[in-house]
Amino acid sequence: MTRGVAITGMGIVSAIGNNVAENYASLIAGKTGISRISQIETIHRDDIMVGEIIHTNPVLEKQLGFTPNEVSRTVLIGCMAAKEAISNAGIQTINSERTGLISGTTVGGMDKSEQYFYDYFDRPEVRQHIIGLHAGDSTKKIASFLGLEESFVTTISTACSSAANAIMLGARMIKSGQLDRVIVGGSDCLSKFTINGFKTLLILSDTYSAPFDAERKGLNLGEAAAFLILESDALVEKDGKKVLGYVTGYGNANDAYHQTASSEHGDGAVLAMEKALKTAGIQASDIDYVNAHGTATPNNDLSEGHALIRLFGDKVPEFSSTKAFTGHTLAAAGAVEAVYSVLALQNDMLFPNLNYKTPMKEFKLEPVTAVTKKPIRHVLSNSFGFGGNCSTLIFSKRG
Amino acid sequence: MSELKQELKEKIIEQLNLEDVAVEEIKDTDPLFGEGLGLDSIDALELIVMLDKDYGIKLDDPKQGKTIFESVETMAGYISKHRSR
Amino acid sequence: MPVYINSIGSVSAQKTFDNSLFLEDVICYNDTVLKIIAPDYKDYIPPAAARRMAKGIKMSTVSAKTAMTEAGIEENEIDAIIVGTGLGCIGDSEKFVRDIIGNKEQFLTPTRFIQSSHNTVAGQIALGMGCKGHNFTYVHSSISFESAVLDAKMQLENGEANHILVGGVDELVDHHVKTHELIGHIKERPVETMSVINSGTKGAVFAEGAHFFTLSSVQRPSCYAELMGIKTYNTLTQNQVPEKVRTFLSEYGLEPNDIDAVIFGYNGDVEFDGYYNGLANGLFKNTAQVYFKHLSGEFDTASGFGFWLASKIIKEQRVPNVVHLNAVPVDGPETMLIYNQYRGENHSLTLLRRC
Repeated sequence: MTRGVAITGMGIVSAIGNNVAENYASLIAGKTGISRISQIETIHRDDIMVGEIIHTNPVLEKQLGFTPNEVSRTVLIGCMAAKEAISNAGIQTINSERTGLISGTTVGGMDKSEQYFYDYFDRPEVRQHIIGLHAGDSTKKIASFLGLEESFVTTISTACSSAANAIMLGARMIKSGQLDRVIVGGSDCLSKFTINGFKTLLILSDTYSAPFDAERKGLNLGEAAAFLILESDALVEKDGKKVLGYVTGYGNANDAYHQTASSEHGDGAVLAMEKALKTAGIQASDIDYVNAHGTATPNNDLSEGHALIRLFGDKVPEFSSTKAFTGHTLAAAGAVEAVYSVLALQNDMLFPNLNYKTPMKEFKLEPVTAVTKKPIRHVLSNSFGFGGNCSTLIFSKRG
Repeated sequence: MSELKQELKEKIIEQLNLEDVAVEEIKDTDPLFGEGLGLDSIDALELIVMLDKDYGIKLDDPKQGKTIFESVETMAGYISKHRSR
Repeated sequence: MPVYINSIGSVSAQKTFDNSLFLEDVICYNDTVLKIIAPDYKDYIPPAAARRMAKGIKMSTVSAKTAMTEAGIEENEIDAIIVGTGLGCIGDSEKFVRDIIGNKEQFLTPTRFIQSSHNTVAGQIALGMGCKGHNFTYVHSSISFESAVLDAKMQLENGEANHILVGGVDELVDHHVKTHELIGHIKERPVETMSVINSGTKGAVFAEGAHFFTLSSVQRPSCYAELMGIKTYNTLTQNQVPEKVRTFLSEYGLEPNDIDAVIFGYNGDVEFDGYYNGLANGLFKNTAQVYFKHLSGEFDTASGFGFWLASKIIKEQRVPNVVHLNAVPVDGPETMLIYNQYRGENHSLTLLRRC
């Protein structure tokens, strides 16, 4: 039995592409998906920048076979990414094995809830969105779109580490023999709710976000959905599956410091990374690339940088934050970056940390700023969220 | 000025849900954060909104708050100098 | 490795926050929504800490503290905090949406947004205790709590943790009630809660509550029961339920007649109570049957009340009349099964036994 859990498929839709291939092409071309917001009416239009998925809801509805305004955008993009993952894994009949679905989301159907908040009372035709306020409803609809029945289907909402935690739970369920196959990831669309929420915390940048740069001004919000298929060794062997990579390490810890901010020295982050290394049974020196959380807020990048130094000492591996490509996609971020981590493994390629110019004065850490070819065995990916939630995943070429 | 200070104390108590604190207990020069009233960074963000909403003062950098919100005295001083409403 | 339910804590529409009581004075309502019977929060939470707390956080804190105290588990012994919640602190989410619309996206304050994060309860409990362990929040309708329990069980069995604080919480707010009335999920007219299962009408009586438990790999003197198994299903037809129950029980070497008492999540919704009737008149026809939503009301984590009830019944070795559904007597209950679902979806089976 391998130590890790096999990844046999993945799917993604983000501001830099509608599938895995498009995302990869953008990553190696250094092409950002950040722009002014076009699909949501907001008074903040001119003072924020976001990572929007190019397709509008009507286009997605048509592609996926939903009726107009049937479901939230979180559901639409989630279905799109999950569908790609399933097809990528060559799954024909979804209920043939003990299959589960674990999705992370923060807003769920908030895009519709905020739009129809007062309209529900005299517009029966929009009442389908009332239950969309339940975050789990988006997962339920993705499960139903996939035809998943009599199964383990649940939703994790731990703010910006949600999808990373969904991947973690999925890996643990496969390892403990409770499931043979599990679709794990997350989906979050942009909404006025999150735009205004982050605005109140004064951590939104008015320009292109610049992770780990001394002059960084905050984050760009983004929207995305990404899912991975995890399968048991027995199933991989039985079906002769091609394995894209393995989830070998995972760990979640709480910073227990502040409701929204990270502790200066990144206690929670260090604990999460240590746990992940322990699960993977590898040393810090075995990590070839770190896909950082790197939101480009003053607080995160300082805290995460300190945490990296505490864990790796003066041998911090090459690292970058890909959030300058996609924006911070909140609950989906952990899954988006899981896909990028697997792409890094598959192609022996490091992706650049865009917009980085000036080193931070607090420490000597410089992210990778150009597409770099390099043999990669293990990638460490961080995702941190409100409530002190810190998660680390390790992806490896071999189980 | 003393009127403004009184107003600020009332607003701080109300806005930040300091149910167990009375206006008289807040001295003009008491530190609002840390040891004094025990406010934290989230309260600072709440106070920034109050400046904007009630006095027409926009702060974009939360760091500015540090000196402005030192005490009721410093707040009142800053507001009377910069207020637009 | 066995998993023990070492202690319990509850804040519900009944006076359950005192663990020394066991449904002696039941409150009967005639309504469509029920609010919690709140303890004096000052006895549990310092005012400075309480000032920004949403109701959901307050009741969770009370319930979590009750459980921790009962088990005699120190804060630094807790290895993980796992919470299930259908809607999180929805009161703050709604206020934030109202503010966005009402103020046209201006003059918004962060507290409401922060509290809207579904994991705010688990996060704030961790912050309060200084617990740096695993911290998860599940938000999946009527299996939110069960997902949390399942996660905890897996970690305890794998030796990843010794003591885990697990809970379920949901709060009730105005807009949520009004919108769910529009779509018929809440009963149209007030009902006597004691006879809600005979209401013959659609929809449920909505409520709120917080239920926390310490689950451990080692038994404490306060121990209530052993958690044997828990399983959830996103969809099931009524016909599939008995077969799933049989298969589930057989995984633990049990037959339906090995169950001493079965707890059903009857909520009096004529459209969906058939799921329970199928078992009540079939597999468990000759088994003692217990119900509880006439006391707790319905909410996403109402099954936390069911879990609380099963634990209490096993520890005290008696079924209070007020929750006993049929005439089959219970003598020294050893093994209990809980079956819950909401609107025909998100089914769960939970198996407990005396330890």
